[in-house]
Amino acid sequence: MLAKRIIPCLDVDNGRVVKGIRFVSLVDAGDPVEQGKRYDAEGADELTFLDITASSDKRDIVADLVRRVADEVFIPFTVGGGLRTVEDIRTILRAGADKITLNTAALETPHLIGACAETFGSQCVVVAIDARRRNAHEASEGWEVYTHGGRRNVGIDALEWATRAQQLGAGEILLTSMDRDGTRNGYDIELTRAVSNAVRIPVIASGGAGKLEHFYEALTAGGASAVLAASLFHFGEFSISEVKNYLRGRGVEVR
Amino acid sequence: MVQVAVIDYGVGNLRSVEKAFAATGCEAVVSGDERVLRGADKLVLPGVGAFGACMKALSERGFDQLVRERVEEGTPLLGVCVGMQLLFEESDEFGATPGLGLLQGRVRRFDDELVVPHVGWNRVTARQSHALFSAVAQDAFFYFVHSYYCEPKDQSVVAGETEYGVRYASVVAKANICGVQFHPEKSQEAGLQLLKNFARLNSRC
Repeated sequence: MLAKRIIPCLDVDNGRVVKGIRFVSLVDAGDPVEQGKRYDAEGADELTFLDITASSDKRDIVADLVRRVADEVFIPFTVGGGLRTVEDIRTILRAGADKITLNTAALETPHLIGACAETFGSQCVVVAIDARRRNAHEASEGWEVYTHGGRRNVGIDALEWATRAQQLGAGEILLTSMDRDGTRNGYDIELTRAVSNAVRIPVIASGGAGKLEHFYEALTAGGASAVLAASLFHFGEFSISEVKNYLRGRGVEVR
Repeated sequence: MVQVAVIDYGVGNLRSVEKAFAATGCEAVVSGDERVLRGADKLVLPGVGAFGACMKALSERGFDQLVRERVEEGTPLLGVCVGMQLLFEESDEFGATPGLGLLQGRVRRFDDELVVPHVGWNRVTARQSHALFSAVAQDAFFYFVHSYYCEPKDQSVVAGETEYGVRYASVVAKANICGVQFHPEKSQEAGLQLLKNFARLNSRC
């Protein structure tokens, strides 16, 4: 049986792992190479690296960092942040990434998803969706997609965008709840379930993990194939194996 | 002479395959140079993305013929992911596309009721005591990412199986021809052990 995946995420700014709360107020959380190595050793199922450095003239530096992290890990490695063209993506894949995530660029240029899927295969195209509730207290009013690190509402419904991304060739959806990100109040289960139901590709739930049961909820009630978390792992509140032991104890297949 | 050559035909993240062999202490090079590929002791045929695109890229370089000839000479060959699928006669991807035809059978898409691609860590159950599985635990987890699976005509080539909606051949072996549907280079210890086993094979798988 296919195991549910636990994925630590490195948000990287100017070469350092940082952690934001609701996409702002960054705190230093270490060296990406060291963190990547540690997660590989701890039994993480994949590693995600999101470059949030604002300036775009640092492509080469990012590629070098990706190469150094890739050299240390023997698990799938996903890289995202500021990738805008097929050439940007080729550079990152050559540096050792297995998958890339597209966010703003995919919304601005949807055919980029298809171009990447054709060139590199759907398996390496993860479309990242940052979604926020239209009404914080009412899931039935749905979710809207935001870009630019959550600063800009693009006026597109999250479920529609997820479905479209799948049609265009996305291999996975990385779904972040902006309402929950950094709050530790749990994943947005209604959002996760709604997107999982809307698509046939794997959904990675992100944003809001704070307790062990949050992982369980996202993988069961939420229907997610994988769960992603950052600060919870970086600052050592939970190790990957603690999360896995907990899930195993509740009957969830993990590696 | 190069021990293991990973065939570079312009697809995929080959750096991780090279790095994984290096981590096992085996000499491996990624090469698109025909002389290197003809001289190597063993060949790895990688592959990601679309079956048709992989087959086209392989043929454009004349490597389809090279692989057939090397296999004929008895050189051990390991197909990885789409590289395993290419060993078969035909794939259903985008209409029927012919493969290398080194093994009989075809490549089919997973049922639409499943979440596809099949992405993540899944178990491999050995069906034969094959040298590839030496020191690899039974039902060990490996990392998979694929939407199509191989359906060999001859069940005797099935060396390992995995369950995802259907029980399918995730490892095949026939004489010097081997194939794995998962990515050993992304499968930590079990994957590295399997690559090491491949690098240590004698002339026969």
